[in-house]
Amino acid sequence: MLQINDINVYYGNIQALKGVSLEINEGEIVTLIGANGAGKSTLLKTISGLAKPKKGDIIFEGDSISGKVAQTIVKKGISHVPEGRRVFSNMSVEENLELGAYLRKDKQGIREDFSKVYDLFPRLHERRKQLSGTLSGGEQQMLAMGRALMARPRLLLLDEPSMGLAPLLVKTIFRIIEEINNTGTTILLVEQNANMALSIASRAYVIETGKIVLSGTPDELNQSDQIKNAYLGGH
Amino acid sequence: MEWIQQLVNGISLGSIYALIALGYTMVYGIVKLINFAHGDVFMVGSFVGFYSISIFHLGFFPALLISMAVCAIFGVLIERIAYKPLRNATRIAALITAIGVSLLIEYTTIYARGAQPEAYPDKLLPFKNVEFFGVKISSQSLFILAISILLMILLQFIVHKTKIGKAMRAVSHDMDAARLMGINVDNTISATFAIGSALAGAAGVIFGMYYTKIEPLMGIIPGLKAFVAAVLGGIGIIPGAMVGGLVLGVIESLVSASGYSLWRDGAAFVVLILILIFRPSGIFGKNVREKV
Repeated sequence: MLQINDINVYYGNIQALKGVSLEINEGEIVTLIGANGAGKSTLLKTISGLAKPKKGDIIFEGDSISGKVAQTIVKKGISHVPEGRRVFSNMSVEENLELGAYLRKDKQGIREDFSKVYDLFPRLHERRKQLSGTLSGGEQQMLAMGRALMARPRLLLLDEPSMGLAPLLVKTIFRIIEEINNTGTTILLVEQNANMALSIASRAYVIETGKIVLSGTPDELNQSDQIKNAYLGGH
Repeated sequence: MEWIQQLVNGISLGSIYALIALGYTMVYGIVKLINFAHGDVFMVGSFVGFYSISIFHLGFFPALLISMAVCAIFGVLIERIAYKPLRNATRIAALITAIGVSLLIEYTTIYARGAQPEAYPDKLLPFKNVEFFGVKISSQSLFILAISILLMILLQFIVHKTKIGKAMRAVSHDMDAARLMGINVDNTISATFAIGSALAGAAGVIFGMYYTKIEPLMGIIPGLKAFVAAVLGGIGIIPGAMVGGLVLGVIESLVSASGYSLWRDGAAFVVLILILIFRPSGIFGKNVREKV
């Protein structure tokens, strides 16, 4: 479904991604794990069009999307839930969700998706008239995910959905990620919480200082000593 | 009773400031730029209205609409040509460019038509004094107020209820997050300039009707005062610009009414100094705190 071939991305003179290649098949949950500053967020931003690769290609369902503007990429069916939620805190929950469906014209479908999102996150329905800046961190994460789902994406990019959340809430969020995946949305999940991420993923990639150093199924990664020591708090 | 009349005058004048201030505040809200050329868009609007009336013999409302449309296009052109290439430059570079654009518009206008003032035709609207409990109020003041309020309600509707308005608020809050929604940020910024400039154009025509004299440098002082009004209300906050404009207009007329009419222009800048010392975020401004 998504194929990334050997991309280089720079911030000014700093090279953030060095020849990264990665592949996602339809229906998978693929997770990308790595330390702070390894290039995880940069990779997601490059897929969603916020950063441009200097070299390499990104192919989504047969079409090249590398270097395209974010608007085109959203239209093609990729939604990105950015790190730190980035909800529009000056607007109500409802308005945030409306903006998620910004490019859509099918009123009927939008209405259906509103109820789908409210089913998935009942808390958002309770607070739909509230300014999203007054929500708790967990609720904002739910809103950011709901907002992305309003675009009816086929591929959902999630950047650190568990960041700063209480353990119980992290479990809820991961359960919902699986639920979203079960309804047919492919997911690329970036996480520092490698244990949780590997528990739901079909495949995983490990990124270090801008390079993919390892990939495989969660079982394979769980067995690698290198990964155990570096990311899983192994003994 | 004279006080009440002055108060009404102040509100009329203030509503003109408010219309101009809205453009400052909207543009600041979305690209963090004080568009110092905004007062000159107001001037251009005033002249477009004047020529529509004097050369094409149009009535007040067609002139108002034409002026708003021309200013909207003019505002977008200024943004695309002068500000867009500087979007990632330092804010001071954009600010200096805005001052340059302002001077360019002023002196191009003088070059094109000369510096002499024009007298706005004053027979466009029925003129009579309405009496309320012994207070004489000119129908023109009421008319100006009505148009301004109508435009502000329209603006509130656009910003809160329409798709482009929601996009504007999203972009002003977080440009990258707005991009991720599929919002075209460049078009949204252009729309903001268009709407702000159209309001300035309307203010220009209304100003011409009210004060009858217009000239190419007329935009400087109302522009600066509208800037003060925007800061007074809290820059970037739309209701703030409306209230700030009205408050400033009333303060000015009260200063005149107390017999210090020569101090009138100074009053606005005293207000600016006081607000910057005591409440730099303005009347409606709040200390932004975000949950992480």
